Amino acid sequence: VGHPEIFPLVFTTKTQEIFDCRVLEDVTEENCFKLIKKEDIIQDLKTRAAISDFHPVKKVVLEYPGEELLVVFDAKFQYGQNFYLVASEEAKENLLKPPETTEEKEEEEKVEEKEEENGEATLEVHPYKPPVHKPWVSLGSEKEVEEESVKDTVGKIKYMISRIRRKFGAPITFTDKNASHVKDSYVECTSYQDKAFSIKMLEKNVGIQMVPKVREASTQTKWTYPKNAATQYFPRQLSNEEKEESLSSEKLKEFFTSVHLRMEIALQQNEIMNAFFDDWKALAEDESSSGGKPDVYLKAYQSFTDLLYLKDRTISCVCWHPTVYGIIAVSARDQLYYEDQVNLSDKSLLQQSVILFWSFFDPIHPQLMLECPEDIYCFQFSPSDPNIIAGGCINGQVVLWDISQHEEKLQNAKPDDDAMKMTAVNTVNASILNVLQYKCMSGPSLMQAQDSSTEPPLVRYCAVSSIQYSHKTPVTDIYWLPDYSEDNQTDATSENRAGVRVQLVTCSPDSSILFWDIPATKVLEKPSSEKIREEEIFDMPLDVPDTLNHLDLCWKPLIKINLCESDTNTEYSPVRISLRELHYHYKTSEKAQSLNTLEVSAKESPYTEMRTPSSKNLKAPQNISTSFFVGTEDGEIVYFDWKMEIDSDLAKPHTQKYTIHTETINTLQRSPFFKDIVLSIGGRNFAIWKEGVTTGPILQSSCSAGRYTAGQWSLTRPGVFFIGRDDGNIDIWDLLKKTYEASHFQNISESRITFISPCVASRRLMQHLAVSDDLGVLHVLEICQTLSEASRNEVGN
Amino acid sequence: AEVEETLKRIQAHKGVIATMVINAEGIPIRTTLDNSTTVQYAGLLHQLTMKARSTVRDIDPQNDLTFLRIRSKKHEIMIAPDKEYLLIVIQNPCE
Repeated sequence: VGHPEIFPLVFTTKTQEIFDCRVLEDVTEENCFKLIKKEDIIQDLKTRAAISDFHPVKKVVLEYPGEELLVVFDAKFQYGQNFYLVASEEAKENLLKPPETTEEKEEEEKVEEKEEENGEATLEVHPYKPPVHKPWVSLGSEKEVEEESVKDTVGKIKYMISRIRRKFGAPITFTDKNASHVKDSYVECTSYQDKAFSIKMLEKNVGIQMVPKVREASTQTKWTYPKNAATQYFPRQLSNEEKEESLSSEKLKEFFTSVHLRMEIALQQNEIMNAFFDDWKALAEDESSSGGKPDVYLKAYQSFTDLLYLKDRTISCVCWHPTVYGIIAVSARDQLYYEDQVNLSDKSLLQQSVILFWSFFDPIHPQLMLECPEDIYCFQFSPSDPNIIAGGCINGQVVLWDISQHEEKLQNAKPDDDAMKMTAVNTVNASILNVLQYKCMSGPSLMQAQDSSTEPPLVRYCAVSSIQYSHKTPVTDIYWLPDYSEDNQTDATSENRAGVRVQLVTCSPDSSILFWDIPATKVLEKPSSEKIREEEIFDMPLDVPDTLNHLDLCWKPLIKINLCESDTNTEYSPVRISLRELHYHYKTSEKAQSLNTLEVSAKESPYTEMRTPSSKNLKAPQNISTSFFVGTEDGEIVYFDWKMEIDSDLAKPHTQKYTIHTETINTLQRSPFFKDIVLSIGGRNFAIWKEGVTTGPILQSSCSAGRYTAGQWSLTRPGVFFIGRDDGNIDIWDLLKKTYEASHFQNISESRITFISPCVASRRLMQHLAVSDDLGVLHVLEICQTLSEASRNEVGN
Repeated sequence: AEVEETLKRIQAHKGVIATMVINAEGIPIRTTLDNSTTVQYAGLLHQLTMKARSTVRDIDPQNDLTFLRIRSKKHEIMIAPDKEYLLIVIQNPCE
């Protein structure tokens, strides 16, 4: 199929018989070629016309150039029919010959297979046949070519134009002519906007160039030149040799000779008199102090009272805390009349006696409470360690407290946090107190009070003196002494330079004065064993410090002085005592005497470092004064001088006695400014004594209307002291103004004033006066300026 | 020698707190105070003396400074100048 010269034919059997190409007889598969003459085919066509098998290829047969046509038996129906006609000579030749060749090949191959001869020769025999020209078959392409080709449609016309020869090359003149002048000389085709057709310009390319704007400007700055802001330098100094050299030079000698006279004149001038002293100014100062302000008074600052502990009780003693500002301690005792004081057995034990600590910042709640075995008559802070407090009881014992645990709390007492801080301490206290039992501590009111959270902590005393060696009557006065520690080798008492006060002196109306000593603690045993021991015996709470525990109930006085007149054998009953060296200054900015200076001790007890003093031979101290004043119950002022003798524990006093006051002396105090001036107050009058003046007091007041019940020197003004009366007034005496009557008096409370204590706080400007009365109320008053500031010459006067 | 004697005599006067000898440049030669205080006094007083001297001489060139006394609340400083040296004495007058 696809060969243009192959025409498939169907030969019927008749046709096959005619042309001798019967299938399987003449023409086999192998021998499939049959050459049929052309004339025979034409004849057949004529004879059988339409039914002739050659009818479809009639034209091809007629046009066939050769004489014989090849008809091939197509056994395999390769072209669709069983025979096909080959319409060209070339194809015929091809078919005939190549099959022959192939036949030959096949034969030869078979022969080769059999004989295996010359296979290559037969393969090579594949003769090269150059391509046979085939007649060009038109497929319509020449028509397109014809259409595209350019041909002259019309023949070219030739023209020949000529001109006369002389007209060639003649000069020519050109002229201009405006085209618009001549009509129709030109044709123009103007552009017009065709409405039917418009082009919208959508894009336009435009060139852009960027140029920065430049502007010139100029400024001028100030040139600060560097200069020194600070210079560090050190002074030039001459070396020692140079100094020596200059000292010995001649020039220096000349200098001195010329100069020293002038200098001496000037020095002497200054010594003679002060040329710049302003008399008028000095006068003015005196005037203002004495004439001055009429409104000198004590301003009420605060008052403290406690309903629970101070009910129906009177305040026996008031003490300011020496270092912490604003803390004041108050001791209370029962309001006993004078007669009942003797009869102690009637004293009720229902209410626990305490020492209350008040703070300025919290007027309602006391800061601290010190538990007392009995009512305390008087107490004092130890000057060297403000955490040690010594108190004298109504039954004659001396009690010691150690509040170093609460020291911080006292120092930090602030108005807001008080309640909070106290709860922490109190829960411990309360639980312990609930478990343990005390001797005289079972008051139900106290227990209930402890359970509440706003109660101040209770500090139990840590040492109490032994009963048989204490006083028999109430201890009425107690003072700390500067330490006279003894030296065992030389037997001479010397001062304790460390200034730690460990000695007390107490006096009591049983006509004895006792000197107590706090000996050093022994090596601290293990706290557990101590605690166990104490728990069996004393049931002490665990938070009481162990200091001074060894003294508890076995403390004995060091020295006992019996006050009795050797000739008349009368016994004195001292109520107040005033030793010469007693005046101590707490650590302030003032200059203090060397004997009385002290340092605030460290947290640990300093007592551990003390040597144990021996209780044997005490010799009289050489350079320390041993004389003192004693005010007695009967109103006598006795001036004692004790000297220790060897082998004797009792003193042999030398006395001088003065009876001025009619009633019990209630105050005997040395002036803070003069060591030898003593104020004594008793009954209805007071007197000022000077040591060494034996004829009598240097000043004695007249009897006043009411009784004087308490008094104190002012701490800042040498000529001022305060006296309290039994009608609740305070008299302020200013000796520079008037010596015959009080310069000022003021009513503080309704009941009797029991104690006065002034306080100097170095930090603050105002000074306070604490006044306590019979009702248990503590008033703190502010001392106004005129009373608190000393004028210049007051000390001298 | 004599110098020592004179100095001692001056120091023994009543109320004298300190004595100092300074050279023309303000460097202390002899003093009874501690070093730092002396140096401070020397520097300051030397300048003051120079100023005072120049003041006096400016007003009258024939004049010269002979003695300088500074009275303060607490004490009095006396300065005796010379060509090469300065004698400074600090005294607490009367009371």
